[in-house]
Amino acid sequence: MSTRLARDGRFTDRSRQVSFTFNGKRLRGFAGDTLASALLANDQMLMGRSFKYHRPRGVVGSGSEEPNALVGLGEGARYEPNQRATTTELFEGLTAVSQNHWPSLETDVGAVNSLLARFLPAGFYYKTFIGPQGFWKHIYEPIIRRSAGLGKAPQAESRDADSYEHFHAFADVLVIGGGVAGLQAARAAAETGARVLVLEQTAFWGGRAPVDGGEIDGRDPDDWVNDTVAALDAMENVTLRLRCMGAGVYDHGYVLGYERLTDHAPATSGPRHRLWRIRARQVITATGAIERPLSFAGNDVPGVMLGSAIRDYVVNWGVAPGDRTVVVTNNDEGYATALLLKRAGLDVPAILDARPMGGGRVMEEARQLGIRVEPGRAVAKVLGGKRVEGVATCIQAGQGAVLEVIPCDAVAMSGGWSPVVHLWSHCGGKLLWDEAAACFRPDPARPATGHDGLPFVTAAGAANGDVSLAEVLQGADRAGKSCAEAAGFAAGSGTTPEATGTPEGIVPLAPVWIMPQGAHPDLRAKAWLDYQNDVKVSDIQLAAREGYESVEHAKRYTTLGMATDQGKLSNINGLAVLSDALGQPIPQTGTTTFRPPYTPISFGAIAGEARGEIFQPLRRTPIHAWHEGNGATWEPVGQWRRPYCYPRAAEDAHQAVAREINATRRSLGILDASTLGKILVKGPDAGRFLDMMYTNMMSTLPVGKCRYGLMCNENGFLMDDGVVVRLSEDSWLCHTTSGGADHIHAHMEDWLQCEWWDWKVWTANLTEQYAQIAVVGPDARKLLEKLGGMDVSKEAMPFMTLAEGSLAGLPVRIYRISFSGELSYEIAVPANMGRALWDKLIEAGREWSITPYGTEALHVMRAEKGFVMIGDETDGTVIPQDLNLGWAVSKKKADFLGKRAQQRSHMTSPDRWKLVGLETLDGSVLPDGAYALAEGHTRNHQHATQGRVTSTYHSPTLGRGIAMGLVLNGPERMGEVLSFTTEGYDAHSNDPDVVKARIVDSVFYDKAGEKQDV
Amino acid sequence: MSDVATPLGGASFDGLVRVEDLGTVGQITLRGDFSSALFRDAVTDTAGIDFPAPRCATWTPERSVLWLSPDELLLLLPYDRAAAVTAALSDRLAAEHALVANTSDTRAHLRLRGPAVREVLARLSPADLSPQALPVGELRRTKLAQVAAAFWFRTPEEAQLFCFRSVAVYAFDLLKNAAQPGTETGYF
Repeated sequence: MSTRLARDGRFTDRSRQVSFTFNGKRLRGFAGDTLASALLANDQMLMGRSFKYHRPRGVVGSGSEEPNALVGLGEGARYEPNQRATTTELFEGLTAVSQNHWPSLETDVGAVNSLLARFLPAGFYYKTFIGPQGFWKHIYEPIIRRSAGLGKAPQAESRDADSYEHFHAFADVLVIGGGVAGLQAARAAAETGARVLVLEQTAFWGGRAPVDGGEIDGRDPDDWVNDTVAALDAMENVTLRLRCMGAGVYDHGYVLGYERLTDHAPATSGPRHRLWRIRARQVITATGAIERPLSFAGNDVPGVMLGSAIRDYVVNWGVAPGDRTVVVTNNDEGYATALLLKRAGLDVPAILDARPMGGGRVMEEARQLGIRVEPGRAVAKVLGGKRVEGVATCIQAGQGAVLEVIPCDAVAMSGGWSPVVHLWSHCGGKLLWDEAAACFRPDPARPATGHDGLPFVTAAGAANGDVSLAEVLQGADRAGKSCAEAAGFAAGSGTTPEATGTPEGIVPLAPVWIMPQGAHPDLRAKAWLDYQNDVKVSDIQLAAREGYESVEHAKRYTTLGMATDQGKLSNINGLAVLSDALGQPIPQTGTTTFRPPYTPISFGAIAGEARGEIFQPLRRTPIHAWHEGNGATWEPVGQWRRPYCYPRAAEDAHQAVAREINATRRSLGILDASTLGKILVKGPDAGRFLDMMYTNMMSTLPVGKCRYGLMCNENGFLMDDGVVVRLSEDSWLCHTTSGGADHIHAHMEDWLQCEWWDWKVWTANLTEQYAQIAVVGPDARKLLEKLGGMDVSKEAMPFMTLAEGSLAGLPVRIYRISFSGELSYEIAVPANMGRALWDKLIEAGREWSITPYGTEALHVMRAEKGFVMIGDETDGTVIPQDLNLGWAVSKKKADFLGKRAQQRSHMTSPDRWKLVGLETLDGSVLPDGAYALAEGHTRNHQHATQGRVTSTYHSPTLGRGIAMGLVLNGPERMGEVLSFTTEGYDAHSNDPDVVKARIVDSVFYDKAGEKQDV
Repeated sequence: MSDVATPLGGASFDGLVRVEDLGTVGQITLRGDFSSALFRDAVTDTAGIDFPAPRCATWTPERSVLWLSPDELLLLLPYDRAAAVTAALSDRLAAEHALVANTSDTRAHLRLRGPAVREVLARLSPADLSPQALPVGELRRTKLAQVAAAFWFRTPEEAQLFCFRSVAVYAFDLLKNAAQPGTETGYF
């Protein structure tokens, strides 16, 4: 059984008990435990069920590489699935549940899948679920989703109870990893004066060295780590962060750090996670190495663990995974586990060393301690289901004939080390195959390079493939100094620590990818490569036989390395098995791509502060608060929020819109038009410039006059429209659509800065300088006259002119323009006075029952007048000529943006759909976007079409539905009746429902324009 | 001036730093040729301070000149002086190709004060907030979370920040959120 040892661990504090629950069972651990160590201490070896076959699974590792021990953590608004028990620090009241089992962890009916394993080979889904078409969605997928999968998603309606934040940091040298290599690299870099940031994903400095022993500068590694951390902490140019993982390395030295601030202490205030968005001149990846499992049958039975993990549990947390542990290894380091366990008073019945001649000096040491060492031996299979009961041994060179059964309750496997090359590789660092250590390690000749083509990522320590403590420290020291130098600091002169502890007489590792070497099919089908996704040796071999020669294809076919652990334990073993099956050397097979993040990071950390009120910027006009206080329902326009309408008690939106339109057309309406873009264009070449920007002529506009203009992009398509006014001899103010202001300003600056840099034109975006209020309706003039200060008569201020002056004591500029077809004044006032003007207008307008109207009334009234709207009538494929706006496209100008494009054959084709009005025969409102059906079918067997609806409304003015649309040869087909599709139209149906509508003029109201020009 | 209302209405917040609305600020956008003596003199005479170096600000208690780009400045002055100064500058620069616009209502200005100003801004802005990279007197046009903003340090512990008025409430809420006490990294 797994149990707490007499001797306390490095991290645990036995004076402080911590209680927690696992699957509802109340258990106890100590401060400093991880959930995994606490579960082991409680003999809870079984921690979950596997993804595909629901096999019982226990913890394999002790850190971020863990594939099996995933739990659902927390409850309600704090519930999170797929959390690794090995990286979850224990706290009082922690609640965890195991995953992927039903009805319980101990008794799981899904485990029947395991019995069917031979019928569920690699690519099973692809092979089986081919047809018929509807079956996938309705039958296969629901069944598979229920039977496979790991954690449950949080409740759809729950809201994360925690807060998160981002932090932007700049560093000269960023060190990822706080083991002895990272610390030495940091010190070497910091001594040059460089700004150094060190990230360590666990809660402790020092990494593996304190567990695996040796001496640094004649001292215990723990002491050296403490002193080094203290020295770094005292330096002003150094920042140290624990519980902060280097998640990803990106272009230009951009690195994400994922700091878990309160996961270990949820009662603490402040953000739960912090995403460090780092810009580093140089990055050192001192990310250590991960031990590899060995691929023997039953290597997934709970109790089979990495040797290094077992040492961690004993040394760091004072926990032994078993009383009797069989060690199976292909290298000398595996012996360290046996020696440690034996010295801790535990039994090691045997060391199975796959190498024919066994190990070096350590083998002798083990024998002297009385441990039986069996060279050339292997595990044929592990006995037991939910718990290791013993191992059957065999000859490594053979096929797995059992020699002997050794009873035990744990197996420590050591298959060699894989340097953690993820962060080295994220931004393009390449790897080379180290034949002696049988691992991929960073190729120093091919690092990730920055904007200047020079390296910006350096690997150090075990992550670089260095093995002995001395090599690790020397390499890290060099990395620290050279990175500081590359970041522009004078070379450091600090000394490299002396390290000893590397045993003499090491016998090299022998690569073992399948155990035993000639394992027969039954054994290979039980030898797991990827624990989390249930991929076995036999699956990879099958994929190879079926032609999946590329490692990237084999990965996707078998799902090797595609689970939440991204194959930290399985990738190298998997590609070695693939190489073997393909009969090619491992480097030729290569690795799959390492992508960020290193381990999953929370969505909360990515979102940062962006939630609730500050999820997105909300742009408010100066009159926003009035709208809010007067019951406006909102319409988002870009990031603006504009009133859609102002429903009164018992009114629905439709009634409110009708009331607002009727009041405006009969007497007086008022609209907040502040969101309209306003761009000042000034200079001797401003007229020439605007003639290029707009399709019509702006240079000839007289001072004090307004002109409607169209703007097209270089491809001839409409991009914006609005009224341009001439303020003075050399300055124009261009109104843009509400959503288009920033874009059009940037568009103008683009042309001025990149193409016409020698033209004398300045622009300024004045959109936010002015509140703009439209006073609309037959009584509009009376209201302005009542407020007083300016002559707004027809004579003094005719249609399409502007005037500046003082209205009701406020400085204003008034434009006589109309988007509704009524008498209308748009009044611009400095934004700080916008609310004051609005209040005065509302107050003074009461005698005419002044009615504020929203965007929907605005839209309906413009549609009644046949005015187009950018984004409704246009969609990026529409040219002015399609909208019968040829009158606003100059024939005289030598050039304007879009002119040449509009002369291309397709643009001048008589078959382009053109704008018309549409009236349903029954007065109903056409569905938005409805198609006009034509005879016959397209090549895709869909109904042919001959037009579509672009705007459609109920017109309260006319008491019927009105619409605009683009129709083939539309303007020539006045009076013709077309069939339009209805809601839920299916392009493939034989007999779709239609609604009949007649082609009419697109101006439904006051075609002569008499009402606006009074 | 009861008709004048700023988007934040004088709001303030005390957290890791004190955040306060500076109310009305006269602002004049100037675009022109920085190598022109006429242009430079017009600016320095009007402001009564030196022409700013690239990326920098110069200021007196009442007026500031902010370098926004190689051809754009922002002049800050008392709100009620903006219209008259705009007119005077326009006249003086009439012979020059220059743009002078009163943009006093375009942006909201906030004062951030306290030892943690750099720390709070670093949560929201991708700019390097270290005193070496952004010393007192250097202006940074950057982003505050999802909106454009700019700021400069007037003293080691006081920064002035501005953003467009329509997003003033968003910016204030962001700063309020980022200035919650008890969460410092101590990075600066």
